[in-house]
Amino acid sequence: MLLFREIWYLIQKDFRLEWRQRAALNGMLLYVGSTVFVCYLSFALRGGELPVPAWNALFWIILLFTAVNAVAKGFLQESRGRLLYYYTLVRPQAVILAKIIYNALLLLGLALVGFGVYAMVLGNPVQNSLLFVGNVALGALGFATTLTLVSGIAAKATNSSTLMAVLGFPLMIPMLLLLIKVSKNALDGLEMEASRSSLLTLVALNMIVVAVSYLLFPFLWRS
Amino acid sequence: MKKNWWKALTVVLLLYVAVAGLLMPVPRLAILNETIRNLYFHVPMWFGMTFILVASVVYSVRYLRNPSVELDIRSHEAARTGILMGCVGLATGSIWAKYTWGTWWTNDPKLNGAAIAMLIYGAYLVLRSSFTDEQQRARVSAIYNIFAFATAMPLFYILPRLTDSLHPGAGGNPAFARYDLDNDMRLVFYPAVIGWTLLAFWLAQVASRIALLKQKVYEKQLV
Repeated sequence: MLLFREIWYLIQKDFRLEWRQRAALNGMLLYVGSTVFVCYLSFALRGGELPVPAWNALFWIILLFTAVNAVAKGFLQESRGRLLYYYTLVRPQAVILAKIIYNALLLLGLALVGFGVYAMVLGNPVQNSLLFVGNVALGALGFATTLTLVSGIAAKATNSSTLMAVLGFPLMIPMLLLLIKVSKNALDGLEMEASRSSLLTLVALNMIVVAVSYLLFPFLWRS
Repeated sequence: MKKNWWKALTVVLLLYVAVAGLLMPVPRLAILNETIRNLYFHVPMWFGMTFILVASVVYSVRYLRNPSVELDIRSHEAARTGILMGCVGLATGSIWAKYTWGTWWTNDPKLNGAAIAMLIYGAYLVLRSSFTDEQQRARVSAIYNIFAFATAMPLFYILPRLTDSLHPGAGGNPAFARYDLDNDMRLVFYPAVIGWTLLAFWLAQVASRIALLKQKVYEKQLV
């Protein structure tokens, strides 16, 4: 029970920090907004009509890059002294679980805002909205789980920002393939039944990643 | 000599595979023709890669439980041997694809999975080279090794079976049930799998010995 209390305090702390220095949050929102707008302008040359597969692929690529940028600052931002201070107060499992939950909520917010702007300027061909939003939520959770530990790893090395992309992208490709498949089903308006096995695989994958992060983070923290 | 029987076995098995694989009768199948003999060289590479990468993860886990320079070197060399096996597997597969499917590379889930696996282990090497402190390098790269294996590897064995592939055993079928691998071919194929896997372990062992000796010479020079 103590673990849950620690997680709860850490998440509160993260949100409070984020709210106090709104520059980072606004920066990320602007990042999503301007990326979407750049895409819109580049496709406007072709009359503004985007074929559905391209719409889908572009949307996930934007989310992927937003996720890498948003999660990367999770561990890089924390100063060494402050991290040491946490470690005297709470257990490492609480730190990683709190970070994962916080990143998932942050990415979910960013993804939904991104989807809104994207649908506004590039049109909304989604036919099964419930499945699509559910899939975006799973995607945000999946990106957060995978990238949180990777950002912790990258923060230990010298050239962290390059390393973050190099380490994170190949790990996310399998997840991304499943997400794009479900997203295509939602765009085509297929029943939930057609995507069930992919959705279950995604949930199982998320659980594996959380479990492995939970086990490995204490070792990462000690170094 | 008692400890080295498996090396003799490797030599015997691989000599047998080289001779019997090229001379024994094979079924006459359309399109495949004589290229079916590549089965003895291409497929065992992936078996060897899987086993040697599992060994690398085992060494990483053992390192985290009980850190020592030797375990780190063994894990690193096993991963490098895995990359070598993967590259040879990709090359033999590519040549085979050129003669049967008519192209060096196609958009096939197994090909993509293999390429992503190579990217992940390439990232592992980049991660290793971006540390100056040896202990930190060993610890963090062990963590990444385990994390990458646990998150991405299961999918390489699940995803290709969910989607259609040009490879046999795709679309929900287990790999060998549909193979009409006849008994003549089994006589060479199973020894080939064992032989190439043992060769991978032999390579990793020799490479780790060289690395350990280099480490010792380096330590001597410091004194």
